[in-house]
Amino acid sequence: MMEHNENTAVQEVALSAFDYKMENDQAIEPRDEMPEGYRKHLIRQMSQHAHSEVIGMQPEGNWITRAPSLRAKQILLAKIQDECGHGLYLYSAAETLGISRSEMIAQLHSGKAKYSSVFNYPTLNWADVGAIGWLVDGAAIVNQVSLQRTSYGPYSRAMVRICKEESFHQRQGYEIMANMMRGTADQREMAQDAMNRWWWPSLMMFGPHDSSSPHTGDAFKWKIKRQSNDELRAKFIDKTVQQAEVIGLTIPDPELKWNEEKGHYDHGPINWAEFQRVIGGHGPCNTQRIAHHKKTHENGAWVRAAAAAYSAKQKSIA
Amino acid sequence: MTNEVDFPSWEVFTQVKPGANYVHAGAIHAADKKMALQNARDTYTRRGEGTSIWVVPSESIVASNPGDKEMLFDPSNDKIYRLPTFYTMPEGAKAI
Repeated sequence: MMEHNENTAVQEVALSAFDYKMENDQAIEPRDEMPEGYRKHLIRQMSQHAHSEVIGMQPEGNWITRAPSLRAKQILLAKIQDECGHGLYLYSAAETLGISRSEMIAQLHSGKAKYSSVFNYPTLNWADVGAIGWLVDGAAIVNQVSLQRTSYGPYSRAMVRICKEESFHQRQGYEIMANMMRGTADQREMAQDAMNRWWWPSLMMFGPHDSSSPHTGDAFKWKIKRQSNDELRAKFIDKTVQQAEVIGLTIPDPELKWNEEKGHYDHGPINWAEFQRVIGGHGPCNTQRIAHHKKTHENGAWVRAAAAAYSAKQKSIA
Repeated sequence: MTNEVDFPSWEVFTQVKPGANYVHAGAIHAADKKMALQNARDTYTRRGEGTSIWVVPSESIVASNPGDKEMLFDPSNDKIYRLPTFYTMPEGAKAI
């Protein structure tokens, strides 16, 4: 009983140190005491973020062997390698919270952990590679720039590193779209078609409206999130509409209109039923994405076994 | 592949340019030293960020406890004679 009381007292002191850091905008580091809810929220968000980077390699990887030039192929390879790197930064940052890499992978495979629903859409042609870089990476940048100021130190540092690298991704995508818009009528049509298919899923990347986002409260209280879903979405729309106009693409939203009073664009209703359907596992490619990840992971088992055996042998010699 | 054990974690430090101090970049997993260096290179220096890399097994890092912050660092606050600004220079003397 005595022991229990002492533990409670220690917990209270530790939590107030956490509150002090929160109030003074100081970063929380792995060895700091933190509320269990904070730890859980971060593990969920960071592992989901890491899984998104890794699963995001699949729709683009589909086009490496069919890139239209050696230049385009080199760029696409470099971009996909970056996405892999970003996944690794985030996995190792999440591990500082006490979850292992294999647990995270198991949660991805079982469906317990999610990844961004946007990667459940297919890349049908080369214009899709442009649209992903321009729109999907563009949306990711807006979100990640904001997350650079997140309260958990390792997450924030990973975001700083990722943001430095990510702007090339958005530019290479925009360049693909711009080149196609300078091309033949067929090419322009392909670019517009890709725009039409990727615009709405990109807006959904920011998550539900502020009025119906289930996790927003805690995320703000703990300074994990600094700007709301709707604020970030508006920022993305404002920047992207301008870029679309410059190259002659039309935003597939008849209700899109500049709102002078708000200083932002108003947009038409987002199809949240579709969003829920895709998150729930019924998007065009959900099954394929996870099946591919599992297969690749299993195919790599012999490599990991060989590396472990070699390591054990080296240790026995030494 | 259930019950698969992760390779050990290694902390990665990179030197941005010759003569600079090594700065923590993040962590990677690897089965041995050679793989650790290779993975660190692939993961943290894709844009010429480094001239040199250190990898250290994460379990070998000993970190101070956040609760010991005052005990460790506060005593230096009342030893301001360790700072050059504590001393009065004779008028007219130039700094070295």
